Amino acid sequence: MIVIRGGSVLTPDGIVTADVVVEDDRVVSVEASPISHPPSPPTTQIDATGCWVGPGLVDLHAHLREPGQEWKEDIASGSRAAAAGGFTAVVAMPNTLPAIDEGHRARFVAERGQKVGLCDVVPAGALTLGREGRQLARLDELMDAGVRLFTDDGDTLVDAGLLRRAMEYLAGRDCVIAQHAEDPGLAGDGHMHEGSVSSRLGMRGLPALAEETIVARDLALVELTGATYHVQHVSTAGTVELVRRAKKAGLSVTAEVTPHHLVFDHQEVESMDPNFKMYPPLRTPDDVAELRRALLDGTIDAVATDHAPHADHEQEVPFEEAPRGVIGLETAAAAVITATGIDQQRFFERMSIIPAQIARLDGHGLPVAPGSPANLVVIDPSAVWTPERFHSRSQNSPFSGRKLTGRVRATLLRGRLTHEEVA
Amino acid sequence: MRHLLTIEGMSRADLEDILDLADEFVEVLERPIPKVPTLRGATVATLFFEPSTRTRLSFERAAKALSADVLTFSPGTSSVTKGESLKDTALTLRAMGADLMVVRHSATGAAHRVAQWVDVPVINAGDGAHQHPTQAILDALTLRRHFGKLDGLHVGIVGDIRHSRVARSGLQAFSTLGARVTLIAPPTLLPRDLAGWPVDVANDFDDVLPQLDVVYLLRIQQERGGTTGFTSLPEYVRRFGLDDSRFARLRPEAVVMHPGPMNRGVEISPQVADSPRTLILDQVRNGVAARMAVLFRLLASPGAER
Repeated sequence: MIVIRGGSVLTPDGIVTADVVVEDDRVVSVEASPISHPPSPPTTQIDATGCWVGPGLVDLHAHLREPGQEWKEDIASGSRAAAAGGFTAVVAMPNTLPAIDEGHRARFVAERGQKVGLCDVVPAGALTLGREGRQLARLDELMDAGVRLFTDDGDTLVDAGLLRRAMEYLAGRDCVIAQHAEDPGLAGDGHMHEGSVSSRLGMRGLPALAEETIVARDLALVELTGATYHVQHVSTAGTVELVRRAKKAGLSVTAEVTPHHLVFDHQEVESMDPNFKMYPPLRTPDDVAELRRALLDGTIDAVATDHAPHADHEQEVPFEEAPRGVIGLETAAAAVITATGIDQQRFFERMSIIPAQIARLDGHGLPVAPGSPANLVVIDPSAVWTPERFHSRSQNSPFSGRKLTGRVRATLLRGRLTHEEVA
Repeated sequence: MRHLLTIEGMSRADLEDILDLADEFVEVLERPIPKVPTLRGATVATLFFEPSTRTRLSFERAAKALSADVLTFSPGTSSVTKGESLKDTALTLRAMGADLMVVRHSATGAAHRVAQWVDVPVINAGDGAHQHPTQAILDALTLRRHFGKLDGLHVGIVGDIRHSRVARSGLQAFSTLGARVTLIAPPTLLPRDLAGWPVDVANDFDDVLPQLDVVYLLRIQQERGGTTGFTSLPEYVRRFGLDDSRFARLRPEAVVMHPGPMNRGVEISPQVADSPRTLILDQVRNGVAARMAVLFRLLASPGAER
């Protein structure tokens, strides 16, 4: 039995200060504290005074690198990082080697996740074979293997005709198409946001329009096909506006933002530190402000980490030669709290409830109530800390050495403690 | 001064201090035995990850004129082709005893990165399209020696500004020293966002030509995509080449500069290149003195590392 004492608990009836009692894999009671429990059988007590208690976090976007690039991360190390970050479910991107484009490959990822047992690893499927953008992946097999989210993430599905076919195929089948939106012609060989900083640094820029033109085009296809569509890692104010209009028009569209796009802008690249190299790139301060607003007002539905591990030796190169992406699982909650000052209700909506709905996950993202699965997280929203080392196999974090507010104290997966950080 | 990575942020006093020192080294290089023992026992390593002849030779000449030893690294004959990281290469040269590293690389910030990894001074000898600070110093030295000062001079930098580290570092040095800088290029060869740059911009060479004291010509950076800025080379020559008729319309006291290597018949006509009003060989000569000044500052000045 585990008792989470005195936290501020997100329940179906709102937020209450309560003790949460967990037995086996379920929540058995949520009672206004203080309550007296018989101290038997052996009980683990978690002091949640001043903490948020809610459903375990759900990440729509992580690169766990297995199979194929295990020197960067594998499902075990990625799951440890996820648990440390408060996550109980992680959608694993399919840009592994080989790509997750056939049913057995998706099963491999899910089974590895179950074996590790620290969080539910939910495979996303590739949209096209080998993520090459030429012909559709084995979407039927992937669906049979439980895949509900399809994406060629890392690359954009550029061929509008092929995307239309994927949308027509998946429309009405309770699946979502997620797009990494980056027009290759406009993006060119860009390494950072095209603007004042790229001009000064003499670095090739990746304009905001590279993202916005793809999203605008895709939304027209959504309107045509009735598909369910998800914009990955929104980075510009222009994309936010496109999503806002599409939602108003009643399209089945959702959007995510990464923690790093909520915190940093393109001026960070002046440090030449590859830990600020990601695609889409860090944008302008005005874009950052709009992303924060859009997350709070719900135009952006979810925070997704785009956790993208790279080994130290791969980062020990000039910025332009460094690989794309940064890790994020272990700092996501803190980054969101630090950047936005979000309240508990919306925090859990954006980081657990809605992502679980978008990924169609059962047993995750549910308010805490008797009988609900004990996938839980305890977060101290006012703890100040400075991340230095990570459970992830890779350490490429832009948050290293930055003071953050908000710390994960404990994570439970089906009633088992997968992470505990003593205050 | 710990490293020389960028001109950005250097004050007028910083620049003038180096120019004054460089003037003294110009004098040293004119002596019958053009060599001083100042850096005897020091080892200067040149790490050139991008092809270069003149800049590397200039640094090596400068180091030897100060009696330093030179370690030469070039990727054609090295482990870089075997996949060694920039950091490992830098640490290896440091372990061999390099007291200073001169870094040239096709990527922005390469020298900045090396400076984060080694405990010796680093000189940026060109990083991508970002900065080439010793070129800016030698150009400022050349102008100061020719005109006496840069204050009030109107410098037109012509050509592929977008891909030019020479332009980015040069315009900062020239304007800090009091010159007025005009960038002359088609919009496709200008940086996307010039907000806050201490420059004027002209898309038409002929409009500003008669006002210039200095015409600073750039090479089209084919390796960085410079040829995408126009539809054909003849078009570029017609609009931005310093041909004989444009040369004839320059003010009589105006001079022509070029960082080399020149493409005769493209940005500069052969007659102009050979004209006594070009300072191109002065730039090369002064380059050695300017680099001696920088090496001296980083290795031998009070407070320097050694």
